[in-house]
Parts: sequence; C-alpha cells; structure tokens
Amino acid sequence: MKGCSFGREGEKSLKETFSEISPSDFFYRNRDLAGFTNPARALYSTVRELVENSLDACELESILPEVYVRITAYDPLEEAEPKKYVIRVQDNGPGVEPERLPEAFGKVLYGSKYKLRQSRGMFGLGGTMAILYGQITSNKPVTIETSVDGVKRYYYKLMIDIEKNKPIIVEKKVGEGNGLRGTVVELVMEGDYFRSSTKIQEYFKQTALVVPYANITFIEPSGKIFYFLRTTTEMPPPPKETLPHPHGIDVEFMRRTIRQSSDESLAKFLSKRFHRVGLKTAIKFLQYAGIDPNRSPKSLSDEEIVNMVSAMHRYEEFLPPDAGCLSPLGENILAAGIVKELAPEFFTIVTRPPSAYSGYPFIVEVALAYGGKILENGIKLYRFANRIPLLYDEASDVSWKVIHEEIDWKRYRIPQDAPIAVIVNISSTRIPYKTVGKEYIADRPEIERELKNALRETLRKLSAYLSRRSSEEHEKKKINMYLKYLPLIANFSKELAKKSRPPNYKRLLSKGEEEERQKKIEEFTDS
Amino acid sequence: MKSSPTARKREVQEMLKVLGEKIYYQIENGVFPEIEMPSRSVKNIVYDEKLKQYVVGKNRVKRSSKNIKHLRPFTQTIWLAFFVDKLIREGKTSTLRDVYYSAQAFGIEFKDQAESDEIITDLEALLGRAREDYNVYPEERSAIYGDITIEYTTPGHEGKRLNLASHPDGYLIGPSLSTAELVETSAKMVFAVEKGGLFTRFVENKVHEKYNALIVDTAGQPPRSTRYFLRRLNQELGLPVYVLTDADPYGMHIYMVIASGSANAAHLTELTVPTAKWLGVTATDIETYRLPYVRLTDEDIKRAYELKNDPRYRDERFQRELDVFLRKQKKAELEAFAKYSLDYIVDKYLPDKLKEVKEL
Ligand SMILES: Nc1ncnc2c1ncn2[C@@H]1O[C@H](COP(=O)(O)OP(=O)(O)OP(=O)(O)O)[C@@H](O)[C@H]1O
Ligand SMILES: [Mg+2]
Repeated sequence: MKGCSFGREGEKSLKETFSEISPSDFFYRNRDLAGFTNPARALYSTVRELVENSLDACELESILPEVYVRITAYDPLEEAEPKKYVIRVQDNGPGVEPERLPEAFGKVLYGSKYKLRQSRGMFGLGGTMAILYGQITSNKPVTIETSVDGVKRYYYKLMIDIEKNKPIIVEKKVGEGNGLRGTVVELVMEGDYFRSSTKIQEYFKQTALVVPYANITFIEPSGKIFYFLRTTTEMPPPPKETLPHPHGIDVEFMRRTIRQSSDESLAKFLSKRFHRVGLKTAIKFLQYAGIDPNRSPKSLSDEEIVNMVSAMHRYEEFLPPDAGCLSPLGENILAAGIVKELAPEFFTIVTRPPSAYSGYPFIVEVALAYGGKILENGIKLYRFANRIPLLYDEASDVSWKVIHEEIDWKRYRIPQDAPIAVIVNISSTRIPYKTVGKEYIADRPEIERELKNALRETLRKLSAYLSRRSSEEHEKKKINMYLKYLPLIANFSKELAKKSRPPNYKRLLSKGEEEERQKKIEEFTDS
Repeated sequence: MKSSPTARKREVQEMLKVLGEKIYYQIENGVFPEIEMPSRSVKNIVYDEKLKQYVVGKNRVKRSSKNIKHLRPFTQTIWLAFFVDKLIREGKTSTLRDVYYSAQAFGIEFKDQAESDEIITDLEALLGRAREDYNVYPEERSAIYGDITIEYTTPGHEGKRLNLASHPDGYLIGPSLSTAELVETSAKMVFAVEKGGLFTRFVENKVHEKYNALIVDTAGQPPRSTRYFLRRLNQELGLPVYVLTDADPYGMHIYMVIASGSANAAHLTELTVPTAKWLGVTATDIETYRLPYVRLTDEDIKRAYELKNDPRYRDERFQRELDVFLRKQKKAELEAFAKYSLDYIVDKYLPDKLKEVKEL
C-alpha cells in the first residue's frame, strides 16, 4: 500500500465523533429502506401503509371493511409536481385505544403486531413512517380521529420528535361518537401523483382482487372516484396468535423468555412457552441435549443457553408448526376476487398443504387465470404476501424466479404469449421479505418448492382445459364442415348416378353429432 | 388402347356413373362415403423395368368424407367427376384453368389453380384414365403436319374429315384433334422436333415427302395431349416415332419423357411411346459434325448428374452420352447445322442418324 495516507481527501481531522441516533432518526435518514425513496414512491407507500393498517384492524375483529381513501391537492392552485397533497384514510375498524394512540402513530418501531400472528403489518413502522415523511416534507402535524366504542370520539394532532422517537401531542379533543367506530388518519405530505397514479390505481385493483369482502372507495386529486365494491361477505377467519416454534428462535429470544418466566423446571418452561412442545417432548429433547430436565431455567449459563438453542435447531422430533394460526384467503374468496377483477375465461386455484421454513408456518395459494375480457397476452404476475399486493421489484421475487426459470411451459403446451395471470398469495406468521419496504420475497427453498408444486398443478389444469376447449371447437367445426359439404356430395352423386332425388344425408349429420357426444362421455369417464 | 376416342369417352362415362352410384348408395345406407385410389406419394412411385417408365406401386389411399381433412378434397373430387361427366355429355372441352374457375358456380372453392390441378390428377388416378379422356386439356399447344386424314368427333363437326397436309403452318394438337378418329395415312414414320423453327424448316424442305413422315412440333417439353397423340399415332397406326432435340441434357429429357413418361404422370401408363427413338443431337454429334457449341452451364451439369442416376437412363447409350456431355462440357442447338447449309440437317444429318438408330 504505497503512498497510503490516513484520512480521506477533504477530511479536516482524524478525530471521529460518536453519537447515538433514535430509531425514528435512523429511518428518517434511511427512508429508502421503507419505500420512501422519492415523492412518487412516497405517495404510493403512504397510501399503501395506511390502507393496510385499516384492513389489518378490520380483519382482526372480523369486521367487513369499509375503507375510504382520498388524495387532494393541499393548494389547488399549485400545479408543478412534486407538490403537497392531503391524504385521508378512513376505516370502520375497531379503533385505537386513546392511551396507546400517540405512540402507535408517533413512535417508530411501536406496534401491536410483533406477535406470531399473521397480519400485513410486521415491523411497527409503516404507518408511522408515512406520518414522519409527511412531517419532514410539510412540517404539518398529522390528524387522527378514532373511536373504539362509537360513544366517544378522540381527535389528536400529533408531531413526532424524531431525535427522541417520541410523539408530541399538539392538540387533543374528545367528542361525540355518534355510533361510529373506526379510525381516520389525515396527513399532509409532498408527493407526485402524476408519476404514481398508475401504481396507486394498480394497488387498489390488486387489493380488491384479494379482499373482495371489502368496500373500497378511492378519490383521486382530479376528483375521479374509483369504487371497488364488495362481492362476497365471506371473510377469512381472523388469524390466531401462536407460540414460537423451537426451530425458529434465537439465543437472544431464549434469554429474554427465560428472564420473564418463573417456571421451576426447564421441562415445564419449554412445554409452556414453545409451540409443538409438550411435557413428554420437552423431556425427550432435554435428554437429547444432555441437560437435566429438572433444572431451573434461570440457572442456565450463557454458554448452556447457546448450546440448548443450537440443539433445538438440530432436533428433528418436534412436529412442524401448526398452520391453524394462519389465515389463507381460501378458494371462495380468491375466486370471488378473480371473477370480479379479472373476469377470465377460465381460472383454477390450488391451495398447498401448510408447510414451514425455519419454524415459521406458511401456506401457498396459487391461482391461474386465462383469457377473458381483461387479460392481455403474456404472463402477468400478481404477488401477494399476507394479502398485500407487491408491486415493485417483481424480477427479484421468488415467484418470478419460479415462473420464469423453473417451469418448463412447453411441457404444458401453453404458448408463452397466452393471456395468463398468475396470482400468488403467501400467508405466514413471518413473511421473509428482503426489505422492510415489503416489496419482494426471498427465495427460501421451502417456499420455492411449494410455489413450484402449486403452479405445476394449476398449469396441468389449464392445459387440460385448453385441450378440451380446442377439441370442442374442433367438433363444432367438424359439424359445420359436414353441414357444408355433405349436401354437395349428395347432390353430385345424384347427378352422376342419374337419380331423381339426392340420397338422404341427414342421417350422416346426426350420426356425426352422436359420435361426438359418445366420444365426450368416454373422455370424461376416462379422466 | 386401340379403342377409338368415342368408345373411350363412353367407358369413362360408365366409370363415372358407377362412382356416382357407389357414393349414392353409401349415403342412402347411412355410411360416410369413401373413395379409394392408387397413392401418388413419392414412396409409391416406382420404375417399371418392363414398361421402362415410372408407374404407381400397389399402395392405395382411402379418402373418406367422414375425415374432416378429407372432406374438402373429397367434395372437390366428386364435383370434378360430375363436371367432366357433364362436359362429355355436352361434347365440350375445358382447360385446366377453366376447371379452376368453373368450380365457383357450383359452390366449390379451390384456393388456386394448383389445388384444382391436383384434384384433376386425383381423378385420373381414381379412374386410371388421362384427363384428355374426360375432355380436360392444358393451355399449351403443339402442332402436326403431314399426310394423315382425321375425322372429328367434336360436336358440330362430327363426321367432317380433314387432311393435315392442307396447311403449311401445321395444325394445333388441341382437344378436337386429340379426340378425332385417325382415318388414313400414307406416312411411314413420325418426326417429333423440339422447336417451331425446325418444324417450319422440315415442312419447307418437304421432309414429309422425302421421308413419308408426319412432322410434330413438341414446343419444348411436350404437353400431355401431344404425348397422348404421339402414342395414338404409334399404337393405332403403327408408325415409329423419332425424336430430334437440342444437344443438351434438357433436350435429351424431352425424348425421355416421350418414351418413358414422367414421375408426375406415373399413375397413367397410356401416355408413353416406349419404342420412340432419339435421333439426336447427341453430345457425340457435336464432335462428329464439328458443330458450333457453347459451354454447359452449372445448371446443365447438375441436370446431367441427376439424369445419370435416373433409372430411365440406365441404357448404356444414354450413360455414354451423359458422360460425353460432362467430359466435353459442350452443348449445341439444332440450328447449329446451318453452319453448313440450311438443307444439311435434312439431307445429310437425318439419313445418317436414321441409319444409325436402326442399327441399334
Ligand atoms: N387504522 C388503524 N386501526 C387500528 N389500529 C391501527 C390502525 N393503524 C395503525 N394501528 C395501530 O398502530 C400500530 C402501528 O402501525 P404501523 O403501521 O406503524 O406498524 P405495523 O402495522 O404494526 O407494522 P408495519 O410496519 O409492518 O406496518 C399498529 O400495530 C396498530 O396497532
Ligand atoms: Mg402497518
């Protein structure tokens, strides 16, 4: 390293200064991570985060969602993008308890969804990030109204103290609930609707596809209204919370759990706090790990904890996680969504049996839609994770990889330019997103395998449908051909044979049809 | 094959009626009608050593109206049978092109003339009769001159006689001539020449008198009506046929098609004159008569190699001539004899060559 110098050019001092930043400060500085890259993307992310919070809240209580979203220009006279917009999202969900409200909306990494329970939200970040972004670009407080009982209604105006990661209550009022439950969030932010309108509209359309039990109204800045109306009142059952599976925990988690517990023996401790671990299994496992089942959890040394956790990961006798806590869409709901939003000529849905990766249960649902009025030529991929439409970075997603690299479409005799939509919904207590922006899913081998199996099954069904259809078309054509040519043949043979009337060819026609019917029945009983 | 054209037409009409009845009763009995004919696929075309020509083999194909793929050609074939039956009955003729256009009036479509030509060939295979027998002729025409009297069978001209030496330009070998009865002739032989120019020279030089011959202009590769007529002259009147062509591989092949037929018409055995003789001009003649020549083109050379492997050319004489072509790389035209004098070819070359081939 000849000529190496300490310190880079322009650097005045070799002395480094150290400081600590709060989580909100961290995300303020790294807002790209959460999908707030530029005014267009930020507007899209804001709408998405707020709508997801509303849908999460409703679904948790099995309330048929009514979501109202409006984007309006803050100053109607301002023309050039980016500019300030007012975003208002309103729902009929369970509301937020007034004591929790300021922190839920004014503190990053604070939320009710850190549990092992399937929901759109995961990080305690999304909604708050939108509010933070609004504040830094408009310097205006966010307004939140909520009512948990329809009796009292709370009005809050909040700012976030970014350095301290703490809410500042600017104003607080209590009023009449008027029997209305739910939450309204309204914020002002800098955005670019011109460049984000396509994605935002697509977001609503895709949401409607997997949430056909919601009424969603969206009003654009121009005043144009989009309605996505409910076509079914069936809702997926609310997801249940579950204990962590021994394959999915780490040392830190184990240490914390031990600190919080007061169980006298390790066997009891494990069987009470972990999924799929009963007393018998706990004892068998501890014997395997070479630890006395009667020891008190708190007596374990750090090293013993590390050894126990790695033994847990190795031990294969634990049953795989139970997927009963998951809430996949189900075929009825998905079918309703597909018919409503895509109106295809044919579709098929495959739900894979539950599976697990690293101790987290997941279920893959794949639907394949073909033809109809809306679909264009080529494969369109709709990706959903816990019912969130994923619109960015498609080519980095595991489903894209499976569709384009692992499936041999030729085998199914489906042309590559056929009008096809592939809809993938992955439900899990923990979706392996590659970023907190929730845009694409990592290619875990277990998930990849399930996707592949599901897709193959749908392709087999489509392929069977297409060949049935083409043979039906073929039969129709055949009958038409007979209708066209047989009378001519009959007439020419009459002339050649010098007869006075043509032979009766009608019997041949009905014979042709009869044989087709027969063939169809045979085909059906064969399959 | 000695039967007269009129008798042959009656036979064809009878065959068409049988075909019509077969289809009629199949339909009446609730069966999808079927027809069967010799297969004309390349695999089924074989060289017959005895006949010295290509013939179709034993394979037959079935065309069923039940099969969607067959339905259209089936209907086209039956329509054509009906159409030619009508032609014969009304004493009319039709060209290949006419057939293509006539179909439309009967609700039958052909996508192009190639398709209708194909169906015409199918009907030939089905009946085993050349299309001339059912009054369908090509557009190209060739000519004949010499002392032979014919009697028309064409409606409106029936019974009328004509001597074909009456007009020095010769007579077109068209439908009326093809179907005329051959009444009498003083001729002892037929010269078939490749070119109109030489045909005129022969008439002017009174070849017909000097040799007691009929002179036929094949106008290049002879149309089938001409081959058919040459065969009638040979078979019905017992006249030997001598062929004169340019000295190149294509000229040779004009002779070969007259003598041994073409693969395209393998399904018809009645278009050839197996005893026809090639007078020349041969490759050797170019040297012997020191004729002005031009170089063989790549195309000529390719053709010569093809012919060398063709079973029709197995004869030692043809192999030898092809070898000379390939070795010397020369070709010459019939007109090249004018180098000596305009009469040379008739007065010197012809007698030489006639003597030569008679010794073969
Ligand atoms: N419309 C709403 N109705 C009820 N509760 C809400 C609503 N919006 C937000 N919350 C509460 O606020 C908390 C924080 O929301 P936020 O979007 O910041 O994080 P999250 O949804 O938990 O996780 P993520 O970062 O993945 O979105 C939520 O956990 C939820 O308890
Ligand atoms: Mg959220």
